[in-house]
Amino acid sequence: MRKLLGMLTLLALAMPAIAIDDIQAFDDPELQARYEEIISEVRCLKCQNQTIKDSNAFLAGDLRREIRRMLEEGFSDKEIYDFLVERYGEFALYRPRTSGKTLILWIAPGLLLLGGIAVLGGVLRKRMNMPIDEDGA
Amino acid sequence: MSRFLIPLLIFASLIAVFVVGLGRDPSELPSPLLEKPAPQFDLPSLLDPEQRVTTQDISGEVSLVNVWATWCVGCRQEHNFLLQLSKADVLPIYGLNWRDNGPEARRWLQQLGDPYVATAYDQDGRVGIDWGVYGAPETFLIGADGTVLYKHLGPLSWGLWEENFVPLLKAQGQLQ
Repeated sequence: MRKLLGMLTLLALAMPAIAIDDIQAFDDPELQARYEEIISEVRCLKCQNQTIKDSNAFLAGDLRREIRRMLEEGFSDKEIYDFLVERYGEFALYRPRTSGKTLILWIAPGLLLLGGIAVLGGVLRKRMNMPIDEDGA
Repeated sequence: MSRFLIPLLIFASLIAVFVVGLGRDPSELPSPLLEKPAPQFDLPSLLDPEQRVTTQDISGEVSLVNVWATWCVGCRQEHNFLLQLSKADVLPIYGLNWRDNGPEARRWLQQLGDPYVATAYDQDGRVGIDWGVYGAPETFLIGADGTVLYKHLGPLSWGLWEENFVPLLKAQGQLQ
C-alpha cells in the first residue's frame, strides 16, 4: 500500500515535457540561455497572461522567431526589448522598466507600506495612552 | 465624525478607481505607433504576387490600412462595412492580409467583394510585428504625411466609424 501510494505520488509529480518549439533554438548554450530568458519576460499580447515562452498562439511563435533572428544577428538584450516596446508598448514586458511612465508601479508598493506603518504606529500610540481597564470587562 | 470620514473617502475613491478600471477592455492596448510615421513595408500584392505594395503607395493622402485574414471572424463581420465605405469613396482602403493562406484570401475577396485599393500579403507576419498587430481585425488611419493618426481594434461598423474616425477626418480637412 505504502509502495503504491509512493508510486502514485511520483506519478502525480511527473510533468509532461514542455516544449513549444520542437527544436532547440541555439546550439550555443549562452545564446540559448539568453533566448530562454527573453522569451520568459515577454507577454503574448494575444493571450495576455502568458509569456511568449508558454503560449502557442501564432503571434507568440512569430515573436519567438523574430527574437531568435535578432539574437543570431547579434542584437543585445536591450535592443531586443526596445524593439518590442517600440511596436507593442511597455505592456509587452512582464517586468515594466523604470521610466517616468512606470515609476508609480515601482514606488507605489513602498509608499503603501510606509503609509500602513504610519497608520499602525498612530493606532498603537493612541492605545498606549489609553487607561488600562483593571476589571478586564 | 472625522473618524469615519477619512476611511469613507478612501473607500469611495477606491470604488471609483475600480468602476473605471472594470469598464475598460484589457485587450485594448494603446498603440505606441500613434503620431509616429507608419512602419515601412514592401510586400507582394495578394492579388498579383508580381506586384509590390509598399509604404509609398499609402502615402500622399489620408488612407486606411485594414489588417485582415480569412480565419478572422471579426473580419467577416466588418467586411460589409468596408465595402460600403469603399463605395462611399471617402478615402482609399488598403488591406494587409496577415498570416493567411493566399488562395483562400483571394477566394474571400472574389466571393465577398474587394473593398481594397490594394492588399499587401504578409504571409509570415513579419510586417504585422512592425505594425504592432496582435489581433485581426485592426484598422489604422494614416495621415497624408504618412503618420499613424489612429488605430482601431476589432470589427468596424458605421457607428464606430462616426464616433472614432469621422472627427479625425474632419480635423484633417478630409471631410466637411
